[in-house]
Amino acid sequence: MLLTPINRNYHDFKIDRDKDLCINCKVCVRQCSYQAHYWDENRKKVMHDNSKCVGCHRCEALCPTAALNIRQNDSEFRTNALWRPVFIKNIYKQADTGGVLLTGMGSPVDIPIYYDKLLLDASQVTNPSIDPLREPMELRTFLGAKPDRLEFEKGKDGKPILKTKLTPQIQLETPLMFSAMSFGSINFNLHIAMARAATKLGICYNTGEGGLHPSLYMYGKNTIVQVASGRFGVHRDYLNAGAAIEIKIGQGAKPGIGGHLPGEKINAKVSETRMVPLGSDAISPAPHHDIYSIEDLLQLIYALKEASEYRLPVSVKIAAVHNAAAIASGVVRAGADIVVIDGMRGGTGAAPGMIRDNVGIPVELALAAVDQRLRDEGIRHRASIVAASGHRCSADVVKAIALGADAVYIATAALLAVGCTLCARCYTGKCPWGIATNDAELAKRQNPEVAEQKLINLIQAWSHEIQEMLGGMGLNSIESLRGNRDKLRAVGLSQAEMDILGVKHAGK
Amino acid sequence: MKAPLRYHEFDKDISGCGIFGVIHKKRGLIPGHMPSCAMATMHDRGNGLGGGFAAYGIYPEQADKYAFHLMCETEGALESAREVITKFFTIHDSQPIPTRKVLAIKNAPIVWRFFLTPKRKGERPTFRDLGEEDFVVAVVMHINAKVHGAFVFSSGKNMGAFKGVGFPEDIAEFFRVEDYRAYIWTAHNRFPTNTPGWWGGAHPFTLLDWSIVHNGEISSYGINMRYLCENDYLCTLMTDTEVVAYLLDLLVRRHGLSRKLCSKVFAPPFWDEIDRMPPEEKRMYTALRATYGSAMLNGPFAILVGSSKCLWGLNDRVKLRPLVVAEKGDMVFMSSEESAIREVQPDLDRVWMPKAGEPVIVETEV
Ligand code: SF4
Ligand code: SF4
Repeated sequence: MLLTPINRNYHDFKIDRDKDLCINCKVCVRQCSYQAHYWDENRKKVMHDNSKCVGCHRCEALCPTAALNIRQNDSEFRTNALWRPVFIKNIYKQADTGGVLLTGMGSPVDIPIYYDKLLLDASQVTNPSIDPLREPMELRTFLGAKPDRLEFEKGKDGKPILKTKLTPQIQLETPLMFSAMSFGSINFNLHIAMARAATKLGICYNTGEGGLHPSLYMYGKNTIVQVASGRFGVHRDYLNAGAAIEIKIGQGAKPGIGGHLPGEKINAKVSETRMVPLGSDAISPAPHHDIYSIEDLLQLIYALKEASEYRLPVSVKIAAVHNAAAIASGVVRAGADIVVIDGMRGGTGAAPGMIRDNVGIPVELALAAVDQRLRDEGIRHRASIVAASGHRCSADVVKAIALGADAVYIATAALLAVGCTLCARCYTGKCPWGIATNDAELAKRQNPEVAEQKLINLIQAWSHEIQEMLGGMGLNSIESLRGNRDKLRAVGLSQAEMDILGVKHAGK
Repeated sequence: MKAPLRYHEFDKDISGCGIFGVIHKKRGLIPGHMPSCAMATMHDRGNGLGGGFAAYGIYPEQADKYAFHLMCETEGALESAREVITKFFTIHDSQPIPTRKVLAIKNAPIVWRFFLTPKRKGERPTFRDLGEEDFVVAVVMHINAKVHGAFVFSSGKNMGAFKGVGFPEDIAEFFRVEDYRAYIWTAHNRFPTNTPGWWGGAHPFTLLDWSIVHNGEISSYGINMRYLCENDYLCTLMTDTEVVAYLLDLLVRRHGLSRKLCSKVFAPPFWDEIDRMPPEEKRMYTALRATYGSAMLNGPFAILVGSSKCLWGLNDRVKLRPLVVAEKGDMVFMSSEESAIREVQPDLDRVWMPKAGEPVIVETEV
């Protein structure tokens, strides 16, 4: 008894197996990558170990007789407002391991979600709402720097000819993109699915920092290639393969720290794409070691523009931190064509829980502050703004655009679309849904064609909903929503919060 | 400019309206009786909370001077305004705007006009770097924002606005509009749903020699006003018309866009139309929409814009508000309703409904 760790019984989930329904077919045994289910030779039946369950619900979904139910463990600690169970359990774990508590996915903690406190407007009487089924409802969006004015000259026939040459832009048919998830953190099946879905939808997906496998170059027009601190897979062809280049300075889920892809996830294909040895850990340093200040960022931006012969817009992604507005202003002045603001609710393949749950600020506040700052300084046109982190539905997207975003990056929602259940164990490499894993057996659970169709469906569904909401507000084009904060009203927010968001309280 | 504190805390004016405009292409003078009769026909498009007219060619003797029309709540306010004007301009003439007592018009402000030439750059107390037109705009904005109880409601050359709280036909009587003869008239009847009557809030809205009458509700107001603020225009009246006026000033006067292109910023062609255009045109319209998206006017509108050389009508791109155009000889009429045109010109050579988003631009030939 003394050898049993304190932890043994304080697990999060309980596997509830209906004995009458179970036919001992062992599907759950084969499906569970954590060995929570096992065949008990002595008893001749399938048994389970609750402490191993991560709550991914894979077994429950595949059990042919619906015999399984995964529940929260109802064993309770004595109620304590300060020492909530999560802190107690974390201490037990750290006392056992002496290590940093790793976790995956976006933060589950109760950070205010401002989207829930913002409500949208609709037309009544004084202006007509527009029906997207009868009238055009335009979502096309261009990302990239815009001139502050256009110049024209008169052609021979007296018609105007545009003199101003626009810098490179990304054209999106709907203001949504798949955010950076590296090949390695998720597997190749999903990279193909994202690339094809983005191509069919006329939007872009982001490679993340893991390079781009040569077989995906054909989807380049709909690809944003990322350059992060580890520079994995970065070479001339890679930089020129996509529609834009993104410099990743920070990630909302883990601002201020780097990344670590464990060697177990580096298989042959990943190793080839990342240009790192097979099976070795791929570590991204916390900062870029050639960027210690804003003028260094300027140099990298222009180095990338040179490398791509000024054909591609350069995007810079920063985590939403306290001085996001001032930082974004510097980033735009350094020559970025797109600024991505990644809030603290963003997902991750792996991050220390302390960082994920405590560092950074919600994207709504950062986005609103950045948009306003760039306008105050008269440089908003010089860069597009993309918001990322925890956009759960089309209404969140509409609210983000009304706050000032040009487009929204989604990643967690995209993974949910292909079956992720937010078990938050992506860092283990054992994702039972075949997403955050390169184990061939597990990865097989994702069929690229099916995943592609799910992603297409999701974006189409959201786009239709965005059109409905736009039409309801009496708008027929997305650019009239962008930064139109008059379409938002706050409920239950303080004056300080409303001032930062630039919105009135509901009823005003 | 940096947005003022709580700039988002505005209370926007919402209104429906009737509009009318007429231009004589050879600059033949049209008596004020015509627009006032036309507006009386569209009586029901307003609710007595705002009416007004703008007239071009009414001060031929003073055509080279800026004609400032002021409304002041008190004599004191007029004096304060006069003091400010004296600092920036040479006053050539200063006189009350002729009015008559009208039963329906209550609480009229003091209305006054000045004929002015700007002081040379070195002699101005501030705004020394500004070109003449920007300077005039700056002084007008300064008076309207800073001189309590005084409001400059038109500031162009050889033109003027006459407006206030009341039905347009009553306002016409009050200002003796029938005594003026102009080669362009614009007129407005207003149906505000939320503002208590304020004389300055009536339309036409004017800036330099632009005058704008507008029927509609601009649903993109929230972004239009922020875009204007970036470009140093502060919206203070919270009306759609004000936004249209500043956007015109920015796009046409400051950015040098033609009226046609400006119309295409306000009511751009749809993307599927642009996709079918020849490459050069496609490039142009794509750039226009990508660059000036925040200046697009989204929502139902019909607008008439007057200036010294032109009358210009425009509808939103799905035509959610009425606009009829008609011709008779050298005259072109634009109105919310055909009845208003027929009332003042029963026999017309041609009557048509301009297509959604297609501007009608009529310039004077002399
Ligand atoms: S999958 Fe269902 S039926 Fe099969 S062994 Fe597991 S619990 Fe029993
Ligand atoms: S991707 Fe897989 S491991 Fe990560 S949260 Fe989703 S289901 Fe769990």
